[in-house]
Amino acid sequence: MKIITQKKVLTISIFLSLLLILVIFVCIMTGSVRVPPFRSIRILFQSILGLKGGGSETERTIILSLRLPRAILAGLVGAGLSVSGATFQALLRNPLADPYILGVSSGAAVGAIIAILLGLGTSSFGLPLASFLGALLTVLVVFYFGRQDGKIHPHTLLLAGVITGSFLSALIMFFISVSQREELHTILFWLMGDFSFSNARAILIIFPYILLGITLLYLRSRHLNLILSGEENAVQLGVDVERLKLVSYLSASLITAASVSVCGLIGFVGLIIPHSVRLIFGPDHRLLIPASALIGASFLIASDTFARTLLAPVELPVGVITAAFGGPFFIYLLRTRKVIKTL
Amino acid sequence: MIEVNSISFRYHENWVLQDVSFRVEKGEFVGVIGPNGSGKTTLLKILYRLLAPQKGEILFELVPMKKMDRTDIAKRLAVVAQETHLLFPFSVLETVLMGRSPYLGDSMFESEKDLEIAKKVMEWTNILPFSERPMDELSGGERKRVFIARALAQEPEVILLDEPTANLDIHHQIDFLDLILALNRERGLTIVMASHDMNVASEFCDRLILLQGGRIYQMGTPGEVITQENIESVYGCGVWIDQNPISGMPRISLLKKGGS
Repeated sequence: MKIITQKKVLTISIFLSLLLILVIFVCIMTGSVRVPPFRSIRILFQSILGLKGGGSETERTIILSLRLPRAILAGLVGAGLSVSGATFQALLRNPLADPYILGVSSGAAVGAIIAILLGLGTSSFGLPLASFLGALLTVLVVFYFGRQDGKIHPHTLLLAGVITGSFLSALIMFFISVSQREELHTILFWLMGDFSFSNARAILIIFPYILLGITLLYLRSRHLNLILSGEENAVQLGVDVERLKLVSYLSASLITAASVSVCGLIGFVGLIIPHSVRLIFGPDHRLLIPASALIGASFLIASDTFARTLLAPVELPVGVITAAFGGPFFIYLLRTRKVIKTL
Repeated sequence: MIEVNSISFRYHENWVLQDVSFRVEKGEFVGVIGPNGSGKTTLLKILYRLLAPQKGEILFELVPMKKMDRTDIAKRLAVVAQETHLLFPFSVLETVLMGRSPYLGDSMFESEKDLEIAKKVMEWTNILPFSERPMDELSGGERKRVFIARALAQEPEVILLDEPTANLDIHHQIDFLDLILALNRERGLTIVMASHDMNVASEFCDRLILLQGGRIYQMGTPGEVITQENIESVYGCGVWIDQNPISGMPRISLLKKGGS
């Protein structure tokens, strides 16, 4: 009988992890300076062993200081946005929900734009910090207005999020309209989602939040299955629904806040990855969450590699790539859904 | 089994239930009837503690329900609600296994034993043949059976049913209610069913509770509750009541207002 077992989740997760490692390998040897596969692998292993060798100084710098951190960052953000999107879709019982639905992203954008206007646009610390604070502040505001007598009502929360988001969008448009030419370019790239702002330090900033968020959500994945058919349904099966909602909404919001703070608004990942994973592996969150995290990571690393190589030396915002590739692929999955199910 | 002691409930200002008291004995099949807005569904929601009454209390085998843990309630009392919305449909087996949730505690996955229980209750409800099918490809009658199986997987002592026969044709109504009756008679399950269909309630229930405007209007056997006087007074419309010639239970015929 086909059910989700621990063995099945482990097997698929290991397979997808191997795929992720392969994607990372291919992506860090690709770029304007192409480092041959074996030399890339040698550089990586030498550095893991604490040795300096395996390639020229330039190649080592490119692989270890530029491409590898950027790939790890893209992986973290891809995993985070996918899991956050899957969670919001379940909690709001809305297939169109994405990580940005509660306006957290607009808060992050306002924070980032203020930082850019203050001249922190090239700061590898100031920019993500400002945008993370903007996002967290928005989470607090949305939850303050979205809760009634200590309870989360999904529709009230959604409305509070959408309205806060629209208000912040007005601020964003105001800032854009008064900003200078050079700032404008930076702001637009941030709004479209771009990894060129960040560096290795950003990994350390967001890693704890994304790991904690995904772990908390995974531990609740069985109960997320139950809330998918309604809150009353989950109560009937013995779930403390208010606690589940509070922890899950906050975890997903925190993941979103951490993700957007280092790379801006990368669209589409949080929407299409969970849906694609559902079409392939089914709706059970015990598999959906780890599979979305791993596939989302691979997808965003690959997209970012396209973004920096497609028109090299010009870098495209990665959001352009995720939308351009993700959209058609998702349509293809929808059309072939029946085929996938029988595999 | 269940003792409801003068509970009152309001959502905002208006009392939806007022001073409702009754007992449900072990192994009984109790029907709750009454017009739209008389408080049937609210009463069921209070019985499984989705809602807490502002006044009064409910004892479950002498223990106040507000002192019981949610998972403890779910192990003893299962609910088959009106049609639930299926956003991302699970398979029949996956849905039935969800009934094991209260027993899983911190463990993330169902055990062999849980799977065995699921198979057993799927056999009882005759849904094993389509256990792999997704829920959204089933007919209304098949879906109802799946939700009964999920309720049975909770290994409860009591099952609450909210309008179980709405949207079912008469063939599936009879199938479904026969199944419930068999569970009641053969496995000793206590059943509380809210229903709009008084003929169904009259045929299948041991005892009926007739609600009007949040208060109990009358309680008793179908013969005592479904009388011309009671029904005309509570529903405010003319009906004709005689007896089902086969079972001898009260039977309601509707009368046109234009007269005949």
